[in-house]
Amino acid sequence: MKVRAQFAFVFNMDKCIGCHTCSVTCKNTWTNRKGVEYVWFNNVESKPGVGYPKQWENQEKWKGGWTLNGGKLELKSGGRMSKLLNIFANPDLPQIDDYYEPFTYNYARLQNAPLSEAAPTARPLSMITGDPIEKITWGPNWEDDLAGEFSKRSADKNLDNIQKEMLGQFENTFNLYLPRICNHCLNPACVAACPSGSLYKREEDGIVLVDQDKCRGWRFCMSACPYKKVFYNWESGKAEKCIACYPRVESGMPTVCSESCVGRIRYNGIMLYDADRIEELASTGNEQDLYEAQCNIFLDPNDPEVIAAARAEGINEDWIIAAQNSPIYKMAIEWKIAFPLHPEFRTLPMVWYVPSLSPVQSQIDQGNLPVGPDGAIPLASAMRTPTKYLANLLTAGKEAPIISALNRMIAMRSYQRSVHVEGIADTRALEAAGITEDQAKEMYRYLAIANYEDRFVIPTSHAEERMEDAYGFQGQNGFTFGNDSSAGISKISLFPRRRQETLEPADLAPPADKS
Amino acid sequence: MSQDFSSWNTLIFGIYPYLCLSVFVLGSWIRFDREQYGWTSASSQLLSTAGMRLSSNLFHIGVIGIFFGHLVGLLAPFAVWDAISLSSLGKQNIAMYGGGFLGILCLIGGVMLLWRRLTNARVRATSRKSDIFILLWVLVTLLFGLATTFTTAHHAAQGSADTMMSLAQWAKSIVLFSPQPELVARTELVFRIHLFFGLTLFLLFPFTRLVHIWSLPLGYLGRAYQIVRTKRQVSVR
Repeated sequence: MKVRAQFAFVFNMDKCIGCHTCSVTCKNTWTNRKGVEYVWFNNVESKPGVGYPKQWENQEKWKGGWTLNGGKLELKSGGRMSKLLNIFANPDLPQIDDYYEPFTYNYARLQNAPLSEAAPTARPLSMITGDPIEKITWGPNWEDDLAGEFSKRSADKNLDNIQKEMLGQFENTFNLYLPRICNHCLNPACVAACPSGSLYKREEDGIVLVDQDKCRGWRFCMSACPYKKVFYNWESGKAEKCIACYPRVESGMPTVCSESCVGRIRYNGIMLYDADRIEELASTGNEQDLYEAQCNIFLDPNDPEVIAAARAEGINEDWIIAAQNSPIYKMAIEWKIAFPLHPEFRTLPMVWYVPSLSPVQSQIDQGNLPVGPDGAIPLASAMRTPTKYLANLLTAGKEAPIISALNRMIAMRSYQRSVHVEGIADTRALEAAGITEDQAKEMYRYLAIANYEDRFVIPTSHAEERMEDAYGFQGQNGFTFGNDSSAGISKISLFPRRRQETLEPADLAPPADKS
Repeated sequence: MSQDFSSWNTLIFGIYPYLCLSVFVLGSWIRFDREQYGWTSASSQLLSTAGMRLSSNLFHIGVIGIFFGHLVGLLAPFAVWDAISLSSLGKQNIAMYGGGFLGILCLIGGVMLLWRRLTNARVRATSRKSDIFILLWVLVTLLFGLATTFTTAHHAAQGSADTMMSLAQWAKSIVLFSPQPELVARTELVFRIHLFFGLTLFLLFPFTRLVHIWSLPLGYLGRAYQIVRTKRQVSVR
C-alpha cells in the first residue's frame, strides 16, 4: 500500500443553475491573456449537446484517454513510437474551430460612428487575426439552455443506446448543466502522452501541471486528454491547463471556480488512495465496472492501518484529519451519490458529480405521475432526464448505481419533508434507499445547506517542511510571457518575444469628456 | 587568384564557420539555460490543421534526411568509404540522387508550409517575423543545394568527383580546427553560395524556433508513462 493524498472535487449537478460564474471568474483569473482567448479551464455545458470542444466525449473521433490492448493499458492514440512518428503533425489534434474562434466587438464604433439614420453597430472582430468576422457561427457555450436544433445537439455521445428521436419533442426534452474543469486524474493520459515529460502530477496533492519551461509544444497532451482540458497557447507555443488554483489551494483556500460558485455546488477536499493499485484498477476489463474499481482505490481515512501507512509516506497529520472530514469521501464513498465523469476513459478522474434530479413537478401536482409513500415526493423512475443518460455520463452506462443515488437523494427530501411538513420523522423512504437517519441529516446539511466549512476542507501545504529555501519561491508567478519566474532579466532579449500585442478594437473610443 | 578574393574566401570559409558554430553552440546553451519559456516548436497546427500531415511530414522528413546525409557524406572519414569499397564517384551518385530526392520532398513540403504561412490569415497573423524569415532562409539554402546537384551531375558526366571530395575535405578541415578555405575557392559559385547560406543557418539557429530540433524527445521511448514530482527534500548536501 502506497498512500497518496489527492486534492479532489465534487460538483453537485443537482444544484447547478448554469450561471457561468465559475467560468467567468476562472477566465478572469487565468486565461484572459494572449493566445488563450479561446481557452476555458472551467466551462459549463448544457446537456444534451456536443459541448466544448465539439464532440469531446467521442473518442472514436479524438482518440483520447486509455484503451485496453490485450488486457494491458495503452493510450488510445497509440504508444510512444507512434507519438514520435506523428510528431510533425498530430492526426488527432482539434482545430481552434472545434473550440471556437475567439472574438470581441468593435465597441468603439458605437461612440465613433458619424451621425446616421440607423443606430451604429459594433461588428465582431476575430481575436486571432483582428479582422472583422462576417458571422459568428460557434462560441464557448453555443448550445446554452438547449439552443440550436436537436438534430445537431443529439450528436451528444451520451445519447448512444437511447431512443433519442422522442427526446427531440418538446414534451420530452430535458436539460442539465455539466460544469467541467481538469479532472486531475490519478492515471492522467496527458502526462503519459507528453514526449518531453513536461506534464506531471504533484506527489503531495495530485494536482496535474504543465512545466511551462519544459513544454516544447508537441501537442499530444491536447489530443490524449479525453476531456479536452489541456489547451495550446498559440502565442507562447506551450500547453496550458487548469492548475486547480494551486497557489490558493496551498494556502487552504478553495479554487476560484469553487469559491465563486453562487449555487454552492462545488466541494473541495482530500482523498487518500493507494497509488500501487492505479494500473491494476484502471485496467479493469469491463468498462461498466470502472466506477466501482475507482471506489476501491480510495482508502478509509479512519482505518488505523491506513493512517499509519499515510504517516509513513510523510503525509502530515492535518492532511489525514482533512481526509477524515473530506466532503468528497462522504459523497463518493459513504453515501455513494457522487460519480466520476466518464470512467470508461480509464484515467481515474478526480472531479466527481452528484447526478441531478429532474422531477416533472406540474405533472406530479396534477397526479399524473407516480409518487412515493408520502404522496408528494416523485420516484427516481419518473424523472425527466433518462437515467440511462446520466449513466452514460457517469458510470459508463451502468444504471443501478445512478438509480440508487437518485433514490437516496429523494429519500433525504422525503424524510426532511416528513419532519418539517408533517412534524413526524418518516423513515420509510430512508430504509428503502438504504441510508440511516443520521446520514440523511448529514446529507441535508452538506447538500441543501452547504456551509462553507463543510464544502471546503483544504489543509494548507507544508512548503516549510519540503523546501530548503522557502524564500526562493517568493515573487514567482504563474503564466507570464517571458522569464519573469527565473532570475534572468527579461526586459531586453535577443530571443523571440511576443508576436503581437493584445488585440485592441480597430478604433479606440474617445475619452468620456471628449465625446 | 587576386589577393582580394583570397582574403574574402578565407573570411567566409575559414573564419566565418567558427563564428557560426560558436554562436550555434553558445547561443543554444545560453537560451536553454536562461530562456526556456521561449523554447518550443511554436506549432501553428491548432490554428489550421488542413494539409499539415502532408506538408509538415514532407518538410521534416526531407530536412532530417538531408541533415544526416550532409553529416555522414561530409564528415565520415575516407577510410569508411574504402572499407565498404565505395568509390568517390559512387558516393557522389548517392549524394546526388539521394540528396536530390530528399531535397524535392523537403521543397514540396516547405513550399506548402510557406504558402500556408503567408496566405492563411490566422497563421500569418500569429507568425513572428522570424518564423517567416527562417523558413525562407531554409528554402533558399535548399534551392541552392538542389542547384548544386545539376553542377555535380555535370562533374559526374565527366567522370570526376573532385569537387565533392574537396568539399568533404574542407568540412573535415573545419571540424578538425585546421581550416583549408582554399579547398572551396576552386569550386563553382553555386557551391559557395549554398555553403554560405548553410553556415548562416547555424548562426541564426539559436535566435529562432529552430532550437526545437535539440529537443527531439527520444527519451520518451524509454520513459515510464506517468511522472510524479515530489517537493520532499531528497538529500542534504
